[in-house]
Amino acid sequence: MTLLVVENLAKSFGGVHAVQGVSFSLAAGELLALIGPNGAGKSTCFNMLNGQLRPDQGRVVLAGQEITGKPPRQVWRMGVGRTFQITATFASLPVIENVQLALLSHRRRILRFWKPLAAEDPAEALALLERVGMADQAQRPCGVLAYGDLKRVELAIALANAPRLLLMDEPTAGMAPAERVALMALTARIARESGIGVLFTEHDMDVVFTHADRIMVLERGRLLAEGAPEAVRADPRVREVYLGHEGTH
Amino acid sequence: MQLHGASNQEGRFSMIVTRRTALAAGLAVPAIAQAQNDPIRIGEINSYTAQPAFLVPYRNAWTLAVDTINAQGGINGRPLATIFRDDAGKPEDAVRHAGELINNERVALISGAFLSNIGLALGDFANQNKKLFVASEALTDALVWSRGNRYTFRLRCSTYMQAAMLVEEAAKLPAKRWAVVAPNYEYGQSAVRWFKEMLTRAKPDVQFVAEQFPALGRIDAGATVQALAAANPEAIFNVTFGADLTNFVRQGNTRGLFERRAVVSMLTGEPEYLEPLGDEAPEGWIVTGYPVEQINNPTHNAFRDAYRAKYRELPKLGSVVAYDTVLAIAAMLRKVPSLETEAMVEAMRGLKFNGVFGQGESEFRAADHQSTMGAYVGRTVVRGGKGTMADWRFADGRAYLPSEDAARAMRPAG
Amino acid sequence: MLGNLAVQALSGLASAASLFLVAAGLTVIFGVTRIVNFAHGSFYMLGAYLGWTLATNLPRGHVPFWGGVVLAAVIVGLVGVVVELLLLRRIYKAPELFQLLATFGVVLVVQDAALWIWGPQDLLGPRAPGLRGAVYIFDSRFPLYDLVLIGIGIAVFLLLWLLFQRTRFGILVRAATADREMVGALGVNQRLLFTGVFFLGSALAGLAGALQVPRESVNLQMDLAIIAEAFVVVVVGGLGSLPGAALAALLLGQMQAFGILVFPQITLVLVFLVMAAVLVVRPYGLLGRAPAGHAASLHIVEPPIAPLSPRGRLVAAVALGLAMLAPLVLADYALVVMTEICVAILFAATLHFIMGPGGMASFGHAAYFGIGAYGAALLVKHLAAPMELSLLAAPFAAGIAGLAFGWFCVRLSGVYAAMLTMAFAQIAWSTAFQWVAFTGGDNGILGVWPPAWAVPKPVQAWGALVLCLGGAFLLRRMIFAPFGAALRAQRDSVLRAEAIGIDTMRTRWFAFAIAAAFAGLAGGLFAFTKGSVFPTYMNISRSTDGLLMVLLGGVQTVTGPIIGAIAYTGLHEQLLRLTDLWRAVLGAIIIALVLFFPRGLAGLGAKQ
Ligand SMILES: Nc1ncnc2c1ncn2[C@@H]1O[C@H](COP(=O)(O)OP(=O)(O)O)[C@@H](O)[C@H]1O
Ligand SMILES: [Mg+2]
Repeated sequence: MTLLVVENLAKSFGGVHAVQGVSFSLAAGELLALIGPNGAGKSTCFNMLNGQLRPDQGRVVLAGQEITGKPPRQVWRMGVGRTFQITATFASLPVIENVQLALLSHRRRILRFWKPLAAEDPAEALALLERVGMADQAQRPCGVLAYGDLKRVELAIALANAPRLLLMDEPTAGMAPAERVALMALTARIARESGIGVLFTEHDMDVVFTHADRIMVLERGRLLAEGAPEAVRADPRVREVYLGHEGTH
Repeated sequence: MQLHGASNQEGRFSMIVTRRTALAAGLAVPAIAQAQNDPIRIGEINSYTAQPAFLVPYRNAWTLAVDTINAQGGINGRPLATIFRDDAGKPEDAVRHAGELINNERVALISGAFLSNIGLALGDFANQNKKLFVASEALTDALVWSRGNRYTFRLRCSTYMQAAMLVEEAAKLPAKRWAVVAPNYEYGQSAVRWFKEMLTRAKPDVQFVAEQFPALGRIDAGATVQALAAANPEAIFNVTFGADLTNFVRQGNTRGLFERRAVVSMLTGEPEYLEPLGDEAPEGWIVTGYPVEQINNPTHNAFRDAYRAKYRELPKLGSVVAYDTVLAIAAMLRKVPSLETEAMVEAMRGLKFNGVFGQGESEFRAADHQSTMGAYVGRTVVRGGKGTMADWRFADGRAYLPSEDAARAMRPAG
Repeated sequence: MLGNLAVQALSGLASAASLFLVAAGLTVIFGVTRIVNFAHGSFYMLGAYLGWTLATNLPRGHVPFWGGVVLAAVIVGLVGVVVELLLLRRIYKAPELFQLLATFGVVLVVQDAALWIWGPQDLLGPRAPGLRGAVYIFDSRFPLYDLVLIGIGIAVFLLLWLLFQRTRFGILVRAATADREMVGALGVNQRLLFTGVFFLGSALAGLAGALQVPRESVNLQMDLAIIAEAFVVVVVGGLGSLPGAALAALLLGQMQAFGILVFPQITLVLVFLVMAAVLVVRPYGLLGRAPAGHAASLHIVEPPIAPLSPRGRLVAAVALGLAMLAPLVLADYALVVMTEICVAILFAATLHFIMGPGGMASFGHAAYFGIGAYGAALLVKHLAAPMELSLLAAPFAAGIAGLAFGWFCVRLSGVYAAMLTMAFAQIAWSTAFQWVAFTGGDNGILGVWPPAWAVPKPVQAWGALVLCLGGAFLLRRMIFAPFGAALRAQRDSVLRAEAIGIDTMRTRWFAFAIAAAFAGLAGGLFAFTKGSVFPTYMNISRSTDGLLMVLLGGVQTVTGPIIGAIAYTGLHEQLLRLTDLWRAVLGAIIIALVLFFPRGLAGLGAKQ
């Protein structure tokens, strides 16, 4: 079943054509990797998908509903969770409350003024943290966490939305190689169990080729290639633009 | 030595008790024993820093008056003590000080108030708290009439009285087109109201062609002068004073606003307001004021000499107001058996005292609590590079007040 | 007629010229250092006093007079340098409100210094030699001196223009104004640049002050009178923009000159209405640009807040118990102070609510306190409503004002938000001040006394305890509740908050209105304990009182505002009674606080 359809998306900043005419689709339960050198336009794509940026052109359709140009908070309401390349969490809140807040927001229970957040369903939040391996740090404020741990918290926050679609911009940056594989393995398992579609970018080719069902290659804002991992790996154009970068990660 | 130390300690102790705690009743014996020559405390609230021109000479004369009375043995052996509080020109601060003076300093009465709005606020406070308030200056008539109350008395010749004195002169002028300028608060508003009403009554054909109400202390003098000039009036009624007046006069002189125009002006003949103007003081304005150096009678001469001996300058009108206030309070205190408020209020009603103008006895009218203190009316002139008054006369306050019955009718019931 | 209009326009130009001189200094200083210098008005006042001293003591004549004006400007410039070196240099990286407060401390110190040096009297200086007269424009006269002033204004504008276009210093200034990060790249030069800019800006203010001497008397109110207008000019023109300041000064000068003809009664409101309107439509002013590299200064990581420990709960319970018993034993005056402290606690807690958890800057929080007080008092005055009903109306009125003003304020951030909140507070203040028929103007509204049962001081103290501490407690609950968590969340990261479905703007907006409503309750209570309301209930200094309480206690903790309110009210009370120089002492305390205890008193107790 097709979950996400993107048609002819484009965005430029002043003279920079960051994304030009990108189209693709994503099925429920599928893991789609978006790869490409730095500055290729990956984050810009993500930002247009979740409403952070308004596309100059093109359409985004989620489960049959057009979401183009909707603000991030509405896109979240439609069942999209995302993580950021540069992590964004609530530094002054304990890890668990970051997740609890996302859970409450998912249930539209933010406008409550009496019962402390800490007392709102900690078990469910803890379970999510358990899944991403952050339960032991649940009471620490996000402001003091290591970068890799923040990425995990972001994943838990995104999962709190019971998402249909996960957008993960470099979810494993800042982690040790073993952790990367483990985190993506976890993501893949959750995605398959719950039928969540996952779009992710990643510089670590091991991770990409191990977990992605499909791969798209973006270069200078354009889709260069798209297909199953083997096909992409074999594509000479991809090897040409991409091999140089592979070595750096 | 030992004994002395002990009594000293007791003295301190009882003072703390009377001042600080409500437990005084339980420990009343030493407190009352002490009360025989305990000072009588007066809480004096005024805009000392905001209106220094009037209030520095005021405070000087106040101190002089209190020292003089105390040197003569005080009130039945008890000295007067004053606790001064600066309200910085803000009614809010005045009310807060009044609370502190009454509840913490345990003063017998409060006095003061230069600004009319502060006078009204303190009057309302006194009424609510059933404490005597002797307003020295605050000129608005509301203080004794429309918002008068049992606990509030006012010394100074009021807005109504001074307006009446000036209207008498203004009505003699040929001018028909009038403009007014007044600070935008109680005093300015009520002075304009009375002046218009009385002048229209005296000369039904006058017109008021322009009104400017700059905020007190914040006049934009150039623009105000220009706006008045634009209406091309034949005469101007001015109520601004202090810094506003200074700026208004300077801009008016430069722009020729006062040329070939009569100006009638409240308070401008007071030395505190003429002095800062120096040789730029206006000439020929019809004003109320205080020709201090020209008044010659024994009472005033004695006051002027005493003041000059102590402060090396001539008294100003503020000095007269302060001195008379202390005299009136002292006269009242001599008549009461205790410092109980109701007794003091009764003593104030109809109280007679002899002010330092030396123009005979004044009285706090029982009907409206307004004293009959008068004022000098004349024309401004510049002599020796300084502004002063000429062709002046003393206007007795009694002659410019409505009858006691009429005044009583203006006061709220009860 | 024509002459009158022409002269009125020229009068407007003359005020515009002096406004421009002051505003130019302020805007250049802001552009480079990003400091909103409240003390700029004090420099103007110092210039006027020094100008007066020089003009009265130097011999008469052209050279001594104009020499005196320049000398006054230079001396003020040097005073500015001293302030920069000793104080501002240390707080360039502090949050805006700290900087604003520190410079407000300087205002207080300078006020008392001027009082001490020149005394409280208004001082009227001599006129400029040869410029006593006037010129005829049609049939109206216009002062020669004002004409010269207009010329000086234009000349200074051109000189500054040349300075900024043609000299290395000017180019550095413009670069720094355009991009904050650029300044960092200057390295050692940066210090010199900042100090130089401070000299220039302060000297301009001093020049404007000294030039005022022949026009009007010099007094101690000049500083705050001019700074409010200068803020308006700078904000309307666009912070940091010199042509913007010139344009806004022209606009404002003409508005005041003709406003006095058309709306003589609302001159004060007019100015701030224009400022609010400009900020709403063009948040960065007429010629201003969104600041580059501005976000960095907002990136302060707040420490987490924690609920009270068991020991803390015990302390709070004991303190509350003692407070409830206190009215039984305390004397009347102590109860009055206690009631005031309770009101202050609620007021501070509401301001803290938007500043701490909300991360918003407010420089006009007194508006809501005052609107609550006026709401209650007006009901009493016009409808003879009973206290119980009026007290209910207070938070209602303030809450509505909070919704209305807040809708605009929460859209801006940093200095711009602070300025807009101030503009709204000034609108509220000037409405109360000038709409005499409705609000009683400067007379305030009297007779707002409680019914007989609520007159005894112990009853008032209990009432204040229950309502104010109750209110503060409710706010505290909200901070820990999901709504408060969302509020803190959006402060930490708008990006993340929006990405998890939180409407950050609406969250801030509600928080603003809630805080306003509770501040209104505090104001209503205050009105009934004092029996009166006055425009001073919403003036700038009450807003700064609130800020001081919050900063004294520490923004980062929830108990901070309570401790701050108690400490500040107590301190203020004592200072007022102990010394005539209370302003200077208070100013010094503020400065020390900002320099040495930026985390407040509650921060002292917390773990290091
Ligand atoms: N907000 C922005 N303003 C201007 N240029 C931007 C902005 N965001 C991204 N860009 C530019 O768009 C291009 C794509 O950036 P990005 O999407 O971040 O690439 P990637 O995530 O693939 O590294 C880059 O050239 C980048 O400089
Ligand atoms: Mg990226």
